Amino acid sequence: MAHHSDADAHHAGSAHHGHEEPGFIKKYLWSTDHKMIAFQYMFTGMLMAVLGAFMAYVFRMQLAFPGNPVPGFGVVSPGEYNALITNHGSIMIFWVAMPVLIAGFGNYLIPLMIGADDMVFPRINRLSYQMFALSVVILIASLLVQNGGFGGAWTAYPPLSANKLYNLTPLGSTLWLLAVAVEFVAFLLGGINFIVTAMNSRAPGMKAFDVPILVWTIVIASILFMASVGPLVAGAVMLLFDQTLGTSFFNPGKGGDPILWQHLFWFFGHPEVYVVMLPAVGIVAEVITVFSRKKLFAYKTVIYTIVATGVLSFFVWAHHQFVAGIDPRMANVFTVTTVLISIPIAEMLFVYIATLYGGSIRFTTPMLWALAFIAEFLVGGVTGIYLGASGADIHFHDTYFVVAHFHYTFFPIAIIAVMAGVTFWFPKMFGRYLNEFWGKVHFWGTIIPFNGIFIPLFVLGAAGEHRRIFDYHNFPHLAQPWMQHLRMVATISLLVMLAFQFVFLVNYLVSMFAGKKAEKNPWRSNTLEWTADSPPPHGNWPELPTCYRGPYEYSVPGRAEDFWPQNEKT
Amino acid sequence: MKTIATTRSAMGIPTGRLAVWWVLVSEIVIFGGLLACYVMNRIAHVEWAEQAAHTNTWAGAFNTLILLSSSLSAVLAHQAAEKGDGAKAARLLYTTCLGGLIFLIVKSFEWTHEIREGFTIQSGGFWSYYYTAAGLHAFHVIAGMLVMLAVASTAKKNQELHRVENVGIYWHFVDLVWIFLFPLLYIAK
Amino acid sequence: MLDRLVPSASSYSSDVDQLIWLVTVIVGAWFIAAEAMFFWLMFRFRARDGVKAQYITGKEKHLKRWIDIPHGLVLVFDVVIIIAAVRVWVLIKQTLPAADRTVRVVSQQWAWTFQDPGADGQLDTPDDIRTTDKLHVEVGKTYHFLLESKDVLHSFFIPAFRLKHDAVPGRIHTGWFKATKTGDYDILCAEICGVGHGVMGADLVIDTPETFQAWVHSNTPEATLASTDGAAMGASTDSTSATAGQQ
Repeated sequence: MAHHSDADAHHAGSAHHGHEEPGFIKKYLWSTDHKMIAFQYMFTGMLMAVLGAFMAYVFRMQLAFPGNPVPGFGVVSPGEYNALITNHGSIMIFWVAMPVLIAGFGNYLIPLMIGADDMVFPRINRLSYQMFALSVVILIASLLVQNGGFGGAWTAYPPLSANKLYNLTPLGSTLWLLAVAVEFVAFLLGGINFIVTAMNSRAPGMKAFDVPILVWTIVIASILFMASVGPLVAGAVMLLFDQTLGTSFFNPGKGGDPILWQHLFWFFGHPEVYVVMLPAVGIVAEVITVFSRKKLFAYKTVIYTIVATGVLSFFVWAHHQFVAGIDPRMANVFTVTTVLISIPIAEMLFVYIATLYGGSIRFTTPMLWALAFIAEFLVGGVTGIYLGASGADIHFHDTYFVVAHFHYTFFPIAIIAVMAGVTFWFPKMFGRYLNEFWGKVHFWGTIIPFNGIFIPLFVLGAAGEHRRIFDYHNFPHLAQPWMQHLRMVATISLLVMLAFQFVFLVNYLVSMFAGKKAEKNPWRSNTLEWTADSPPPHGNWPELPTCYRGPYEYSVPGRAEDFWPQNEKT
Repeated sequence: MKTIATTRSAMGIPTGRLAVWWVLVSEIVIFGGLLACYVMNRIAHVEWAEQAAHTNTWAGAFNTLILLSSSLSAVLAHQAAEKGDGAKAARLLYTTCLGGLIFLIVKSFEWTHEIREGFTIQSGGFWSYYYTAAGLHAFHVIAGMLVMLAVASTAKKNQELHRVENVGIYWHFVDLVWIFLFPLLYIAK
Repeated sequence: MLDRLVPSASSYSSDVDQLIWLVTVIVGAWFIAAEAMFFWLMFRFRARDGVKAQYITGKEKHLKRWIDIPHGLVLVFDVVIIIAAVRVWVLIKQTLPAADRTVRVVSQQWAWTFQDPGADGQLDTPDDIRTTDKLHVEVGKTYHFLLESKDVLHSFFIPAFRLKHDAVPGRIHTGWFKATKTGDYDILCAEICGVGHGVMGADLVIDTPETFQAWVHSNTPEATLASTDGAAMGASTDSTSATAGQQ
C-alpha cells in the first residue's frame, strides 16, 4: 500500500526554487546529492584498489624473487611482508569491494531505479561518506607509524593481535582496528539509507516485485551486514580494550579465550562475503537481461535464492575454524550447513545461465564482464566444496588452495562484476560512451592473466604450501624448483594483468571528458534510471516517474520494440 | 531541503520511524553479541560471582528507576508532540535528558568508588565485561542525550515534531539494554 | 591424485586423498556440465539479424525442469559429499586409537620443541628427549601428540600426513597419527604468528624401528644413561627397573 504525500505532486525541482549553482566545495566535497556521494565512494574505492594492488605486486614479487629488492619498494622484510598481506586483504574487502559495490552503485542507482529524487536521509548519507573517508585516513596512518602497519592478517586473531609484545606493531595494530571499526559505523549509517529508501520511496505503482534485482540485492546485503556486524563491533571494542586497556577478553593467561574472537569474527565474516556477493550478482542480472533482450528467468526464484543464501549464511561460519580447537562434533554440523549452502547459490547461477536461453545475445563490453563473472565464479563456488568438507579441509586449511578459492569468488565480485557495472552505467553517469575496442582489450587482458595467477595457486596449495609466508626456501619440500616456477608464473601473470589496467584507466579518464556523447538510453533498457538525462541533474527528473510494470519486460510478443520501459504507460 | 524521497511512504510507515527501527536492529546485535559473550563466560567462570559481589546493587536499582522514569517523560513528550505542543514536548525531552544526566552522575560515583577499591578494567574477566558493557551503554546514553537536545531545540519551534517520537523510540531501547544489564551485572551474584 | 604433489605417509592420508578425489569427480562433472551449457547457450543464442529473443518467464514447465532437476541433483550429491567428509573427519578427529607412544609438541614464537618420552616410554621422566625443530618418529607406531602453545596461536601442519591442528595458548590438544613410510618431511606452522612465522618450520624424520632405537639411545640425556645403566640400552625396557632410579 503506497502512501504518497502531496509533495510528490510537485516537481522534484520545487525544493530547489531560487537555488543557485553550488560552488566547487558544495558540489564536489560537501554534497548531499546521492550521485555525488556515489562518486566519492567509487573514486575512493578505486584509489584504494590501486593501493591494494600495489601491495599485491610487492608481495608477489617477493614470492617470485625472494630477497631481491622490489622495484618501487625495495627489499621486503618479513614484518613488512606480513603488513602487506594483511592490508591487501583488509583494503580489498573493506575499502574497495564494499564502498564500490554497495555504497557506490547503491547510492547512485537506488534512487534512480526506484524513481526517487535522492536518498531518504541525504545528510546522513554525506556523514556516512565522511566517516568512511576518516576510516581511510586512519588506515593509511596505520601504515606510516613507528614499527609499521599491522601484520596479523585481516582476520586479526588474538593473542597476536591483542598483545604488542607479540605483534611488535603497537600503533599499527590499534590504528588498523580503529579504521575497521569506523568503516563499520560508516556502512551501518549508509545501510539505513539504502534499506529505508528502497522500502519507502518507490515510485507510485512500483510494487515489491517490480523492483530491479540490483536494488533487492543491495538492500538484502545491507540487512545482512547490519545483522551480522553487531557481534564483531562488540568484539572489536573488546580487542581494542585488550590492546590498550589491559582487559583480558581474549588473553588465556588471565581467563580469556582467543577462540571467542574467532567466533565473533567469522559470525560476521561469513555473511560478509555474501554482503559483497549479492550486489555483484545484482549487477550481473541487470546486464545479462539487457544484452540478451530477455526477461530474467524466474525473478521470484532469484529473490528466494538471495534470501535463502542470506539466511543460511548465518549458520556456516565455523567452517573457518574446523581445526581451530572447536568441539569436533560441531564441525560436522558446519560441514552440513556449508555444503548445503551451495544449493541456493547453484540455483541462482542456473537461473542466470537459463536467462540466456532463447535470447538475442550481444557481446558488448559490459556483457563480456557479466558473462565472465558467471564463468569464473563457478570455479570459486565448486572449490569451496573442498573446504566445506571438513575431512578435506584438514589438508587445505591455511594453504594457498584457500587463497585461490576466495580469489575466484572475490575477484569476480570486486573486479569483474564491478567492471560490468562501471562499463554499463558509464554513459548514464557521464553522458558519454567508453571506447568499446579498448574496453574489450582491457577485458581479455584482465581475465586471461587472472586465471594465470590463481590456477597455479590451487596446485601449490594442494601440495602443502601454507599461507602468509614471505619465503618458501625455508621449507625443503616447498622449495622444490617446480613449485618456485609456479610462483613465478603467478607473479608474471599478475604483472601482465596490472599492465592492462592502464588501458582501463586511460579509457575511463579520456572518455569521461572526450568520449562520444551518449543519449538517455543507449542500451535500450527498461529500468527507470535510463529515463533520466545522461547524466541526471540534481533531483534526477523534473517530474518523478510512475511505474507500470516489472523491470524485465523485454521481447514482449506483439510489441514493435523489444523493450518496454517501466514508466511507459502503454 | 527535504527530498521527495523522504516524504514518501510505500510501506505505510513514516521514513524516520522506519529508520530508527533499523538502527535498533543493528544495536540489538551489537549489545546482544557483547552480552551473549558475557553470559557464556559467566557460566564458564563460577569464580566471577565473587567479583560481581562488589557491584553496588542499590546504585544500579536507583539508576534503573531513573531510566524508567526518563522513558516515561519521553512518552509524554511524544504525546505532547502528537498534539502539536512543541514547547511542551521540548520541556519533556529536557526532563528525559536530565534523567540521563542523573544516571551518568550516579554511574561516575559508582565507578570512582570501585576503581578506588582496586577494581579496575584490568582486574580480570568480570570487570572487563562490566566496564565495557556499562561503558558502551553509557556511550549510547550520551549520544541519545545529544540527539535529544538537538530534537528539542527544533521541536520548541513546533518544527519536525515527528522526530520526538523517533528519538523516544531510541531512548526506550537504551532503557531496555539497561534492563538487561542490571540483572546481569548487579543482581547475578 | 594428491600424492603426486605431496607424499602420502600416514595411515589416514589416503582417506583424505580419496575424499578429495571424490569431491573432484563430483564437482568436476558439475563444473564441466555447467560451463559447457553456459558456453553453448552463448553461442546458440548470439544475436542474429531478424531473429528476435523469446519471451520466457521461467514458469514454463518444460523449461523449469532444467532448473528443478539439477537443483534436486545438487542436493543428492551434496549429501554424498557430506557423508564422505564426516566419515573422514570422525576417523581423524573424533577417534583416538590407543597410543604406542606419546610426544609433546610445543609451539612458540618461532620454533617447535618436541618432547619424546625416551627409552622408558613415559613423558615427563628424566630420560625424555627434547629436540628443537626436529621430530623423530618410529614408522608403524600409533602416536598421540599433545599440542600446546606458549604464546600466540600456531598450527601444527604435516602435509605428508594430511595432519593439521591449531595450537591454542591455554589449551592442550591431543591428536594422533601413524606413519606408514620412512623419510624426511616438512612440519609447518599454519597460523600466522608474527614476524617469524615464515621461518617456523621443523623436520619430521620417520625412522625404521632400528634407526629409531639408535636415535633414542644416542640422544638419551647423559644423567639418565649413567643412573639407569643397563635399563636404557636395548629395545626391550623392563619398566620396573627403568623407573627404579627415578623419583
